[in-house]
Amino acid sequence: MKRRQFNRALAAAAAFSALPGIVKAQAPKLKVGVILPRSGYLGFIGQSCQKGADLAPGVIKEMLGVDVELMNADFESNVDTARTRAERLIQEGAHVLVGPFDSGAAAAIAQVAEQRGVPFVINIAAAPQITEQGYKYVFRNFQTAIDIVRNGLDLIGDLFQATHTVPRTAVYMHVNDTFGQAMTKGIGALLPRRTQLPFKIVDTISYDPAAKDLTVEVSKAKAANADFLLLVCRLNDAIILRREMVKQRWNPMGIVSPGSPGMYEEQYFKALGKLSDYSISNVPWYNPNSKLTKVVEKAFLKQNPKDKLDFHGLNAGFTFEAILIAADAYKRARSTDPKTLADAIRQTNIVDKMSLGGPIKFNEKGQVEGIGSACVQNMNGLPTVVLPQAAAKAKPVFPAPYYKKT
Amino acid sequence: MSLDLVANVVVAGVLTGLLYGLMALGLSVIFGVVRVVNFAHGEMMTVAMYAATVLFAELGLDPFVCVLPVAAAFFVFGYVLQRGLINPFITRPEHSQFMLLVAVAMVLVNALLMVFGPSARTVQVDYQLESFEIGKILVDKARLYAAFAAVITASALFAFFKLTLVGKAIRAAADNHLGALVVGLDVKHLYALTFGLGAVCVAVAGCAMVLLVDVTPPLGPAYTLLAFVIVIVGGLGSMPGALLGGMLIGVSEALAGLLVAPSAKGMFSFGLLILVLLFRPQGLLGKKT
Repeated sequence: MKRRQFNRALAAAAAFSALPGIVKAQAPKLKVGVILPRSGYLGFIGQSCQKGADLAPGVIKEMLGVDVELMNADFESNVDTARTRAERLIQEGAHVLVGPFDSGAAAAIAQVAEQRGVPFVINIAAAPQITEQGYKYVFRNFQTAIDIVRNGLDLIGDLFQATHTVPRTAVYMHVNDTFGQAMTKGIGALLPRRTQLPFKIVDTISYDPAAKDLTVEVSKAKAANADFLLLVCRLNDAIILRREMVKQRWNPMGIVSPGSPGMYEEQYFKALGKLSDYSISNVPWYNPNSKLTKVVEKAFLKQNPKDKLDFHGLNAGFTFEAILIAADAYKRARSTDPKTLADAIRQTNIVDKMSLGGPIKFNEKGQVEGIGSACVQNMNGLPTVVLPQAAAKAKPVFPAPYYKKT
Repeated sequence: MSLDLVANVVVAGVLTGLLYGLMALGLSVIFGVVRVVNFAHGEMMTVAMYAATVLFAELGLDPFVCVLPVAAAFFVFGYVLQRGLINPFITRPEHSQFMLLVAVAMVLVNALLMVFGPSARTVQVDYQLESFEIGKILVDKARLYAAFAAVITASALFAFFKLTLVGKAIRAAADNHLGALVVGLDVKHLYALTFGLGAVCVAVAGCAMVLLVDVTPPLGPAYTLLAFVIVIVGGLGSMPGALLGGMLIGVSEALAGLLVAPSAKGMFSFGLLILVLLFRPQGLLGKKT
């Protein structure tokens, strides 16, 4: 080969090797690392959240014209795994992390995101301390445990008022994980100040969210002889607990969650059938009438023709919104540079959203304020909004009728 | 705290413990004869639980009816596993046996994940939510039936080892391996039979357990650990010890949950294990070596 030919070949090779960079600059994608518990004891909820993530790239492309590439990771309901999955996603080039449904995992991922300087948008996780650490790259579009409890207790008051009931005592059962403890702290702080609530807690029983048997816990709760069960649960334990209540013939006035997952999930209905009816969850919920909900619902049904958004609205909705927040910031920032992206997320102001409440705006701690809750009661195999009245589709039923085998 | 409450909790603990005991009995029998510790024990039980859910879903078979085909399949599986895979490892160092059976466990868990996915599965039978009322004590029907199944299977196994020629030959091979060879017993066959019988215990326990617990692929290791705790408390290699250990663990967990804190239940099983290891290392009914 002559010197000129060699130089031409070298130049061509150099131009070819530079091509991917040019292509990348012309058609960039936002790489979103989605960390969810798709297996383990939170598996069902993680899969429900994943449905919201899966539909996000298509909907966001149409809404914002932004290309989103999902990098999915399963943290197997294990906090340590969540940490390593976050590390790996960042190593593999994720520009932003989204997830993880669980407070313990969220706290672990937040540390990784902060150390590595990669924005992390929390879809669902309520432990208040996550956004109290002064983190610069951590953002949460979900209520803190204190907000959940505050709204949840207010809705319990509304429930009693709407049903003209005055329960005097409650037995409080809760999971003993990070979320459960944060909720317990919130209830301990707020309940004594809610003087309009007529009941007092006569016994508190904590249990392992991965428990396979709750015989003892339910025996103890039944022995407290309380008017109703105040429950902070997850999904699998909620199913086990409800079955055990029937076995032990314990019929309190009702099961009311002041704000926890579990009882509005599809699997709760599938596993329990008619037994799932009348359980009440006061939780951050989605607005079925919003424009965005209708768009998301259409995409959801296209991807999951046999499913109903009613069962996944909370999980899929908040997961979708977390990815939307990242994509919206990316569109404004025009960069995947972590600091620029984090600054853009901080400036978020999304008015057309799925969840109840005001616009998505982060405060100086990276927390969205003003997300609304609804009192959701299971009726005829569907989670149904019964309060506030403005969003209600049915009237609340309390006390719940006794379960009878049909 | 009322006596009724304590009685209810103790009864539930005893019934659950009997089922735990049956599961651990399989481990104890296998170790007592073959001298191999089955580290895939819990995973095998998970497979049995899945088998029961599949038979229930596809054919509508009650888990207690499933016991027959599942136990038969597990006997064959145990026999083949011992004869084909474990037998060459019997004379090898213990760490090789450990690695082999851990590998079997990993294969089983991942195969279940591939076939069934991570979601929990269960069965729903008519009597699952019903209870017997005996005075002020409520006895969960499914738990009671499961405990009966455990007692019947354990009794049949005791009878087999005590009364049949094959059972006696297995005990002879367990007592004196060289002597058994000298008198012309087919020790490899006897070992495989024993492993098959251990697998049958697991199969029965799995079919009954599925009435009490939803099954997921990662359930296995927890049950392997539980089986170990039970057989160490009861005495490794002792058949009555396994049942006694199961009941003790069941009752201690239940009482700890009631008297201390429900979330501290697991801690008490391990506390009991430490006590037994300190003061009676051979287990409650185990023989000193």
